[in-house]
Amino acid sequence: MPTPKVKFPETAARGEIIEIKTLIDHDMESGQRKDMNGVLLPRRIINRFTCALNGKVVFTAELHPGISANPGLTFYITASESGPLDFTWEDDDGSRYTLSRPLTVK
Amino acid sequence: MPSPQSPRRRALILALPAAGCALALAPGAALASRAEADEAALRLTGGARPKDGKVRLKLPEIADSGATVPFTVSVDHPMAPDNYVKAIHVLAHDNPAPQVASFHFTPTGKAEVSGRLRLARSQEVRAVALLSDGSAWETRREVKVTVGGCGG
Repeated sequence: MPTPKVKFPETAARGEIIEIKTLIDHDMESGQRKDMNGVLLPRRIINRFTCALNGKVVFTAELHPGISANPGLTFYITASESGPLDFTWEDDDGSRYTLSRPLTVK
Repeated sequence: MPSPQSPRRRALILALPAAGCALALAPGAALASRAEADEAALRLTGGARPKDGKVRLKLPEIADSGATVPFTVSVDHPMAPDNYVKAIHVLAHDNPAPQVASFHFTPTGKAEVSGRLRLARSQEVRAVALLSDGSAWETRREVKVTVGGCGG
């Protein structure tokens, strides 16, 4: 079971642009590789990542097999309001890995 | 004399090389032509032909391993509610699948994302940005993937 991690400042001034770093351990099996018997290893990647602030989606990433294993993304949002930051990683196999952390805006 | 490695162990070793490298070795994997990549870019921008400029793509000139190539892509543009960067698409023309990632923004923060991508071989990487006014902008960077970095 992959374990997602996120890092961002817990508190921010209103209007401040904050950096959000995310990471999840995942093979991102491309679907191009074969084992020694020539059998294609089935594709299994994190195909979508979403970040929402207070229930409103602020950033989305569609990922393809060209993204490295253990995909990490760094992006930026404006600290417009306090509320939970919800992160979702969607796996090819239908699993969803989620994480929620509060952001306090002063 | 029997091999010291069991077939099982060999299978494991074969499965180990990083996927980005295996891409280069996969026989019969179709490589996208430049024309196909241009077409893919046009589809992503909804038909707007990308102009050169505004987009910055940071990549190493030489990547030791094609499996993990760090990138940062940004667009020199405001993120105001009525005027912002809607999306950035990253394409690697000579990968088996040229589309690497698409990032969708809302008018918040800044139009910048960092991550790590796979390159099957030395090639040009392209970033295409779509703005809220419908215009599209792009930039390209050449990355050399070190020979032998794939263990091949």
